[in-house]
Amino acid sequence: MTVATLPTRKDEAFRYADVGALETLWPLALQQIHVPAGASDVLSIVADSSGPEAREIEIVLDEGAQFDLRVLNIAGAYGRIAVTVTLGKGARFHLGAAQLAGGDQTLEVVTEVIHAEPDAVSTQVVRSVLAGHATGTYLGKVAVARGANGSDGSQSIRAMLLDRTATANARPELEIFADDVKCAHGCAVGELDPQGLFYLESRGLPPAEAKKLMLQAFIAEAFVGAADEDALTEAALNALGALI
Amino acid sequence: MMLNIHNLSNTVASKPILKGLSLTLNAGEIHAIMGPNGAGKSTLAYTLGGRPGYEVTGGTVDFDGQDLLAMAPHERAAAGLFLGFQYPVEIPGVSNVQFLREALNAQRRARGEAPLSGGEFLKLAKEKAGLLRFDMDMLKRPVNVGFSGGEKKRAEMVQMGILDPKLAILDETDSGLDIDALRIVGEGINTIMRKPDRAVLLITHYQRLLDYVTPDFVHVLAGGRIVKSGGPELAHQLESEGYEAVAA
Ligand SMILES: Nc1ncnc2c1ncn2[C@@H]1O[C@H](COP(=O)(O)OP(=O)(O)OP(=O)(O)O)[C@@H](O)[C@H]1O
Ligand SMILES: [Mg+2]
Repeated sequence: MTVATLPTRKDEAFRYADVGALETLWPLALQQIHVPAGASDVLSIVADSSGPEAREIEIVLDEGAQFDLRVLNIAGAYGRIAVTVTLGKGARFHLGAAQLAGGDQTLEVVTEVIHAEPDAVSTQVVRSVLAGHATGTYLGKVAVARGANGSDGSQSIRAMLLDRTATANARPELEIFADDVKCAHGCAVGELDPQGLFYLESRGLPPAEAKKLMLQAFIAEAFVGAADEDALTEAALNALGALI
Repeated sequence: MMLNIHNLSNTVASKPILKGLSLTLNAGEIHAIMGPNGAGKSTLAYTLGGRPGYEVTGGTVDFDGQDLLAMAPHERAAAGLFLGFQYPVEIPGVSNVQFLREALNAQRRARGEAPLSGGEFLKLAKEKAGLLRFDMDMLKRPVNVGFSGGEKKRAEMVQMGILDPKLAILDETDSGLDIDALRIVGEGINTIMRKPDRAVLLITHYQRLLDYVTPDFVHVLAGGRIVKSGGPELAHQLESEGYEAVAA
């Protein structure tokens, strides 16, 4: 199955996309994942191809199913990961994503998480580190369907700009049609704490190492608890080294 | 000569703070700097540490034969300078152990020395933490995060022990310490720094730390320069008579 027509930037989910790069990749193959009732599954994606890269993923979780998705987005030029998740009763979904971009890279994580039935839990942690003229985007909608009472959806979205010329777009969205729903989102764009940097440097760390140490802790939040936490962290650190 | 500050002037946020400050420390000496709030004591410490925003507008600083002001902060550290912060900074998510090992090894690399292995470093860290009666478990926690005021100051001294500097500038290391911690920190400073090839610049408001770490010289910093210097008795005199009477 493929995703049909080439989108334009008028499509909400593509408003920050590199449409020129997308055109070279179109049509995208849709990756479909179905986790049956009570089962659990994990997937780690390291988007690190040198050219542009885009993925469309559709995940359906049946009653009580669990899914842990981790993403390291460090694709060259353009990298897009779009995920749609539908949660059955009591299902659990976690996304931990880090995007590291410099130069003129455009990276994005786009999610739609649908709490179709009651008592499902979704958590999303996205950390972006952006240097140069890079753009990092998170568009994430959490939709709680009518009758999906007791839903719990959280989005923790943070971006760190290493240069003033980099851009972070973060748009967490909630659409709630049920009662007794717990949804929280936090989103922040910041720069490295200069006081912290001076403190680390005053102990002998060269500026690049001081930055790396502080960013390492920031990125680690996306991979905490992952089955392949160490491998993801190491790959992220290598990419980070190239950015600083 | 360990440190020779000559006629140093600077601005912070374009406001002149240090106004022609001169001070000389020889190896083996401990100097105390006292002075009223806002006199420029922390400014002097930060300027010697190379903190961004502390712009030098005049004067020279020679540190062990090198032009200190020409060096970046990390180069000053590798050259043997340690700055004990009045307000140590919290670094979320970075453990003390990882931070200090990387910092020490960065200094060693800069000096052409071999880096310490994980095991060697832990042994060193344990020894220095023990000296300051500092819980090793706290060293595994993120840098200063959730530490009490006194714990932060004691952690600074553990860092000093591990990094083993030639010159330590300690900015109000005694503030926030309880009575026992004050003694432990005082003894720690003596053990780590009271050596013929070391020197200490202690910034303090009170005699109490100087009861443990006896200074060879005491200076009064006011209005951005040293206005009076003397021996340990000057600190006693300041404590009983105040700055206005003594340094007027
Ligand atoms: N970022 C800044 N912007 C403007 N003024 C500053 C800044 N930092 C320091 N100052 C000013 O510089 C002067 C000296 O401050 P400094 O912190 O060096 O004093 P101090 O002698 O250490 O005082 P204390 O005993 O209270 O610690 C003060 O008047 C202070 O307000
Ligand atoms: Mg001060």
